Amino acid sequence: MSLTHDFEYFKPKTLNEALDFLAQFGSKAKILAGGTDLILRIKEGFETPDALIDVKGIKELNRIELVDNVLFIGANITFSELIESEIIKDNFHLLWESSKTVASVGTRNRATITGNICSAVPSLDSGPALLVYNAEVLVKNSKGERKISIHDWFIAPKKTAIKSDEMVIGLLIHKHGKKNGTCYMKLGRYTGEDLAQAGVGILVSEENEYRIAFCAVGPIPKRFTKIEALLNGKTLNGELIKEAQLLALSEISPITDIRATKEYRNHMIQVMIERGLKTSIERLNK
Amino acid sequence: MAKIKLTLNGELRTIDVEPNDILLDVLRDKLGMKSPKCGCERGDCGACSVLLNGKSVRSCLVFAIEVDGQEVVTLEGLSENGLTTLQKTFLEFNSFQCGFCAPGVIISATELINKNPNPSTEEIKEAISGNLCRCTGYQPIIDAMKHCTSNK
Repeated sequence: MSLTHDFEYFKPKTLNEALDFLAQFGSKAKILAGGTDLILRIKEGFETPDALIDVKGIKELNRIELVDNVLFIGANITFSELIESEIIKDNFHLLWESSKTVASVGTRNRATITGNICSAVPSLDSGPALLVYNAEVLVKNSKGERKISIHDWFIAPKKTAIKSDEMVIGLLIHKHGKKNGTCYMKLGRYTGEDLAQAGVGILVSEENEYRIAFCAVGPIPKRFTKIEALLNGKTLNGELIKEAQLLALSEISPITDIRATKEYRNHMIQVMIERGLKTSIERLNK
Repeated sequence: MAKIKLTLNGELRTIDVEPNDILLDVLRDKLGMKSPKCGCERGDCGACSVLLNGKSVRSCLVFAIEVDGQEVVTLEGLSENGLTTLQKTFLEFNSFQCGFCAPGVIISATELINKNPNPSTEEIKEAISGNLCRCTGYQPIIDAMKHCTSNK
């Protein structure tokens, strides 16, 4: 029950303090925000940090702000806070809908969307929405800051583009300029708390722009670029849906694991693409 | 060792903890709160749920040191002036059998009713979806919560 691994615990009051700790410890330190992934990994021996840097006291990471159509989600923002935010619900509905499907209330009250992308499991529910919205990850170390496109962020399961002396400050999303309808479909073994067996996030704009992304059916979440190329500029019809479904299979690489077989995932992703597209268009036209 | 001060069930408590002490263990072993239970130790079952600053969290995935300066409420705190209406309704509806999931369920249910006094059945199910129960099949729990909230 108790952890055997020892570490030092720091709770910096400012970002610079946190970055100094990171510079000092490098890969031997881990950032602690919600902890719902990290603490479990430490318990199971997958992480053995010498230091934990608890960033929950750094106020500037606690913001959700929409300024000049650019959204900033600070690194401490939890999924519950995203769900409770009118800004997110009204302007980034796909992210709002996706956040509601993550785990359960008790986990959402602690787990941060930043932590979700840093853990980078293939089934992460925030993946499709962030890819569809072309989010950027704002990353900092003691020497400076940089933005990493979400399309370059995921490298492999549980591996991201972040360097060991860097921490994520937050996420940036430019609001889509046109009226659009979105839908996140998550397939689970049951409703309630489960990881996605397959996930699809979709945005359709009034100008027939299509953005479609998946999670849980490949090593990293990605956009369906071939399906988007097929559909862009066109009004959806039955034939296009069938073509899109065929293309989907060439863009994903699901595995068989404890939650589902790859055959089931291949089948269901096609169903979800059709339903997701239709729902997105319905919502666009509301 | 670090000294932490937390408000536990309305009372200021000061204790020494190591950074790697888990909140669930500290609540049960050092602070005398036996209601949060150790079920899965990985945040899946909800038996360890407590309210941290009013929100339910998995105390098995929180380090005690993280709650320095914060407010923790357990079932002991919720019922320190006698059983709550919710608890009485659970009794009336025979909602629990072995009782192991009960503290966690009551924490989740209390959190729901505090923010949403009139939840739909779907909202009730969502609120307790992180509390696993092996005995009841959930229906008597849901029925009690529906009864408790629909009269408001």
